[in-house]
This record gives sequence, C-alpha cells and structure tokens, in this order.
Amino acid sequence: MIPELGNFALALACCIAATQAVLLLLGAQGREVRLMAMAPGLAFGQLIAIGASFAALAWSNAVSDFSVRNVAEFSQSQAPLFYKVTGTWGNHDGSILLWCLVLAICGAAVGAFGSNLPASLRARVIGVLGAVAAGFLLFALTASNPFTRIWPPPMQGQGMNPLLQDPALAIHPPILYLGYVGFSVPFAFAIAALLEGRIDAAWGRWVRPWALTSWCFLTAGIALGSWWAYYDLGWGGFWFWDPVENSSLLPWLTGTALIHSAIVVEKRESLKTWTVLLAIVTFSLSLSGTFLTRSGILNSVHAFAVAPTRGLFILALLGLVMVPSLLLFALRAPVLAPAGLFAVLSREGAIVLNNILLCSIAAVVFTGTLYPPFAALLAGEQLSVGAPFFNSTVLPLAVPLVLAMSIGPALSWKRAELFPAFLRLWWAALAAAAVGIVAALGWHGLAALGFAGAAWLILGALADIAQRIRLFRIRFSESFARLAGLPLGAIGAAVAHAGLGVTIAGIAGMTLASQRVVFLHPGQSTDFAGYRWTLQSLDRVPGPDFVSRVASLEASRNGRTVAVLHPADRKFPVQGTAVTDTAIRTNLLVDLYSALGNVRNGGAEVRLRYDPLAPWIWLGAVVMALGGGLSLADRRLRVGAPARRGARVPV
Amino acid sequence: MRWLRILLAPSLLALLLAGPSFAVAPTLSQAEEARAVAIGSQLRCLVCQNESVEQSSATLAANIRHIIRQQVAAGWTNRQIMHWMTARYGDFIRLDPPFNRLTLLLWVMPVLAPAVGLGIALGASRRRPGPPPPLSDAEKRRLASLLE
Repeated sequence: MIPELGNFALALACCIAATQAVLLLLGAQGREVRLMAMAPGLAFGQLIAIGASFAALAWSNAVSDFSVRNVAEFSQSQAPLFYKVTGTWGNHDGSILLWCLVLAICGAAVGAFGSNLPASLRARVIGVLGAVAAGFLLFALTASNPFTRIWPPPMQGQGMNPLLQDPALAIHPPILYLGYVGFSVPFAFAIAALLEGRIDAAWGRWVRPWALTSWCFLTAGIALGSWWAYYDLGWGGFWFWDPVENSSLLPWLTGTALIHSAIVVEKRESLKTWTVLLAIVTFSLSLSGTFLTRSGILNSVHAFAVAPTRGLFILALLGLVMVPSLLLFALRAPVLAPAGLFAVLSREGAIVLNNILLCSIAAVVFTGTLYPPFAALLAGEQLSVGAPFFNSTVLPLAVPLVLAMSIGPALSWKRAELFPAFLRLWWAALAAAAVGIVAALGWHGLAALGFAGAAWLILGALADIAQRIRLFRIRFSESFARLAGLPLGAIGAAVAHAGLGVTIAGIAGMTLASQRVVFLHPGQSTDFAGYRWTLQSLDRVPGPDFVSRVASLEASRNGRTVAVLHPADRKFPVQGTAVTDTAIRTNLLVDLYSALGNVRNGGAEVRLRYDPLAPWIWLGAVVMALGGGLSLADRRLRVGAPARRGARVPV
Repeated sequence: MRWLRILLAPSLLALLLAGPSFAVAPTLSQAEEARAVAIGSQLRCLVCQNESVEQSSATLAANIRHIIRQQVAAGWTNRQIMHWMTARYGDFIRLDPPFNRLTLLLWVMPVLAPAVGLGIALGASRRRPGPPPPLSDAEKRRLASLLE
C-alpha cells in the first residue's frame, strides 16, 4: 500500500509541476496577477507531494519490503537501519527521486524567500523550475520508477553495494545534489530574465545567494567524495580524473566563474549576458553530470545499449533543457546591453580573466572526459585520457589563475593602477618566492610551485584584509575596530581564496608522499618513513552483515609507540564482494596511512603510506565553503529581506 | 636499432616463459624504482575503471608492474618501455594519449580555449562604445538654454 501511495504522490507531483510551468509562465506573459500569485502555493504543493513520495520509498527501504523491485535489488534485511535508509538514494531510481526532491526544495525556497522579488520574475522563476521538474518527474515515473513491484517477492534482497556502506558516502549524494540542483535556481533566474528582457543590479543581487549556496554545497560534496576515495579505496589517491569526478568538477568550475561574474553584474551592471550564459551552462553541466554518469554513458559507450530507453530519454531531456535555453539566449541576449564600462586593468578585468581561465580549464576537462567515448563511437578507436593528460594540461592554466587570484582583489573597480596593488602585495610575493625557493632546494619543482602558490594565496588574502583594516598604518585598536566593521562579503572572499591556498598546499604535500607495500607475518616489522611498523596480530571479527579481518599494526619511533592502526578488509557474503578499510592516524600535518591487502599463509600484505599535509586538501575545501557561507551572511544580501527590517524594539 | 631488437627478443621470451607472477622481482635502486613508478603511473590498468597499473591491485596490473621493473633493471629507456607497451596493448594503455590526427582537438584545446576566451573578451571591449563625442555648438546652446 505504501509504495502505491508513493507512486501516486510522484504522479501528483509531476502534474503539479506541469501545472506550475504552464500557468505561471502564461500568467507572467499575460500579466495575470491571480495566476502569478499562485507561484509559492504550487511550489509548496510540489514539495509536499515529492516529499511524501520520497518518504514512501525510504519507508519501503527501512522495513525491507522486498516486493518493491528497487528494494529487493539494492537492500537486504540484515543491513543496519542507517544504511537501509541511505540506501534509498544509493541506486539509480532512488537517486533520481532524491534529485527531484532537491529540485522541489529549491522551488519552495524561492517561493518562501522570494517575497521581495517582482511578481512576474518570481512567477517565471518558479515556472521554469516547474518545467524542469515536470520533465524529470515524468522520467522518474515512466523510465525509472522506483515503486515497481515484483511477484513473488524474494526472501532476501540482493544487498547494497558494500562500497556505499560508509558514512561519508551515505551523505555524499544529498550534499552533492544540493550543489548540482541548487544551480537550477540561477538557471531559472537567467531564463526568467531573458523572458523579461531585463537584467539589472538587483537581478545580480538575487541570483548570487543561490549560486553561492549551491557552490558551497558542491565544494563540500566534491571534497567529501575525494576524501572518501582517499580513505576507502585503499591506495591513497585523492583525485583520479575519473569521468564521475570530472562531471562534478565541471559545474564547480563554471559555477565558480558564475559567482564571480555575478558580483560584476551586481556592483557594476556589466558582464550581464556572460553571467546569464554561465548560469545556463552551469546547470546544463550539472544535469549532464548527474545523469550521464548515472546512466553509464560516459564510462562506456556499451552501457548505452544496455538501457537504450533510459539513455535516450535522458538525452532527450537534456536536449529539451539546453536547446531552448540556448536558443532563447541567442535571441534575447543582445537586448541586455552592458551599462558599466571598465578598463582592461581593473577588478572587472581580473574577474573576466578568472572567467576565461576557469572556463578554459572546464573546456579541457570536458574534452578530455568526452574524448574516449566519442573516439570509440566515431572513429572506432580505443583511447584512454587519464591523470597524466589532465595534470599536464590543467596545470599551465591553473598557474595564471592562482597568480591572478591575489592580484584581482587588490585592483579597484572600473580602472586600476598596478602600483598600489604592488604596494599591497610585494611582501606576499617575496614570501611566496622564498617558500618556492626553499621547497625547490629541499624537494622538487612541482612541490615548490605548489607551496609557492599556496603561500601566495594565503598571504594575498591576508594582505587584502590588512589593507582594508589599514593594519600597522593606524593604531592597532582602530584596525581592530575596522576589522569588526568589515563587510562579511570581503572577509568571506579572503577566507575562500585562502582556503584554495590550503588545498593547494595539501596537494603539493601529497607530491612528497611515499609508500611501501610489504608482506608481513604477525610479529614481523619493517622500517619505513622513519617509523618502525610492526604487524602485531591478524584477527577475524564478525560484523552485522559482513566478516572482517582486522590487522593490528603498530607504528613506533625510537622505540616509542606513536599509533596502533587497525586496517581491515570486510567480506560481504550476500553481495559476494569485499571492501578494504584503511586505518589512518593524522596529526593534521602528516597522515600515517595503512591498508590491508592480500592475506595468505597467515601473513598479510600491507600498504604503508606517509602522506605529508594530506588533510589540508579537504580542510582547504571546508575553509572555501566556510568563506562562501560568510559571504552569504553578508548584510547586503539580506537587505531586501522584510523579516530583518521589522527588528523589534525592546520595550 | 635492429640489433637491439634481436638482442631483446630472447630476453623477453625468457621473461614471458618465466611467467611474470612467479619470476623473482629484480632489486632496483631507489632511482630505478622511482623511474618504474613514473612509467607505471602513465599506463592504464586495462581491466580496471580508470586506474593506473601502479595503483591497481588487479593481477594484470601486478604483472605489468613486474615487467616494467624487469625492463628497468635491464636498462631499457622510458621510450623503449612505452613503445613495447603500446606495441603489445595498443594506445588504450597510455593514460597520456599520443598526439595524432584523432587526438588533435584534445591536445589543442588547452591552447584553443584560452585563446578563444581572450579573443571574445578583447572583441567585446573593442565593440564597447567609447566616451560620448563632445557636444556640438548647437547642443551646447540648447543645454545652456535648458539650464537657464
């Protein structure tokens, strides 16, 4: 009964979404006030319907209702409740339902927080979101319905992929989806603005919080995925340039460009058409990222043939979203004349450079990711495009980007001089060069480049703040007062830029990592990276739905125990698969990393790693997302919010 | 190079006969091991999803790792080893695809994309109207009369 209710709610949501699209877009076109006023109500209605549908699927998973095909294929009764529930979105059909749920949350959020928008703009934004939702809900209903029943129901489910039974990976999809789908709001704003034929500074101010929120979630989601790869896959890599990773990186790159160019729209009423295009491209990349990878088209052309209806449906949907929006852009973009002019050397100019470089990196990653399937499809050639290609092509584009990142904020709007920027930044440049030289002497060129770039970014961000609070030029207490009064947007930008510096330092540290694979019997030990590693014991430990083999590995230095690590492997009898469980001891400066390999003849193969600065990679991403959050809290993005206006005066 | 191949053929045959997984791993110096790792990271593990042979735990990858180390120990150059690998497994094994007609767009993109971007940006800044021309005498008179 519950799954049928879920299915009905899904159909209802699809109908509401279609109504939303038709009524609101027509209403806004004909200036029908009563139709436009329905926008928030329809958006809330759609959210309630999808919420109910999603809850029904989660319930079926939680109670292990194996008469539902989706549950029977991807769940099993002995799994812990947490993983039963998170398993709801651990497969294709469920994840599409989650995707639709997040889209509905975005629509409802525009309805809830958009009361300060002009009625027609709000109606159009929610209408466009409804149109997108209607298409994907129809897909969920017909081609990938999670509520299909099977008869007779099996006694036991086939179980979820053991790799997904991990806390980080369980919460990874919702966070990533909040980022991906969040970009639907800037997209809807862009389409609405093209329909209205008007973009002004206010538009930039409305779009930026949405873009920034999505960007924060996407940053956190990507970092979480990379962290998972590091500790779970068992060989210490954190970025593989895998198609799935690349497709999350692409919207991040264009989204980063978007949040910067939206500043220019907001402050200087320039770069309008470009910002609109970025909004469209970012959402298109999010869409193709989610669905092409999920459908397996990107990984292998052969997967396309396995589920042709699904693949074709998705391609058709992508076309339906992208072609009309790009057509509309081509028709209406010339209407949006730029208002603010600027010289090449100005903060606007620096942001244009940032956009060019970010989009170039995106173009390179895009071509590299799509090249192998297309070469196979069109030329019949088997090609690999892997890490060495991406590393060597992205690096030359990333270096000028990092260089410009500290200079840009030091330039003034409209027309800038280099000399004042130089006065602000010379000490940061000197220090970065010194760091680079020391690193080049001690290690190698690549690490030196990374550390110098990291120092440049972090010190550049400090220099930016120091300039704003006139540090050392006025009395310290006055500087402090200025710091307290700084707009949060400025602090957020500096924090986010410094966060990238921290990440780059982590990546540079990882180029100095070392590893060794050794075969040890219990009691044996090996010397590696200045530590003595002793395999103390090797035990079998049963778990709820798996059997694991746990090693106790002692790392000691000068006879003193530093850490006892417990790397393990887990075998899942139901699924017939195994996963490795690494054990990592970190002191935030260096990771001692161990993974268990083959176990035979009472001994075990262990992979030992010494990863300097590894945690900084993800720490930097957290700092970046934090910077975005600070920027979001800026008063200027809230000024329009009526709730804040009515601050109560204490009686 | 012909003599080299003649010399190499029997040693390779011996290598294959010995069966890589059972052959004794050659002891390499630290520099040689680093070279082997560098080569291995350029090669795709053919049976895995996007992993290099250095990273993969598959048997095939272990065998290729072994072959690389033997070739490094035998004093082969990087180019010779890569050549041997592509001759045996095709370009698919190279994570860094070769530059040829098929991969032209791929390798040109890192230069093309920023060039196009800069071109568009410069074009847009040219097209932008300059400062408005100074007022003509008639306009100045009209302005004066309006201001009065």
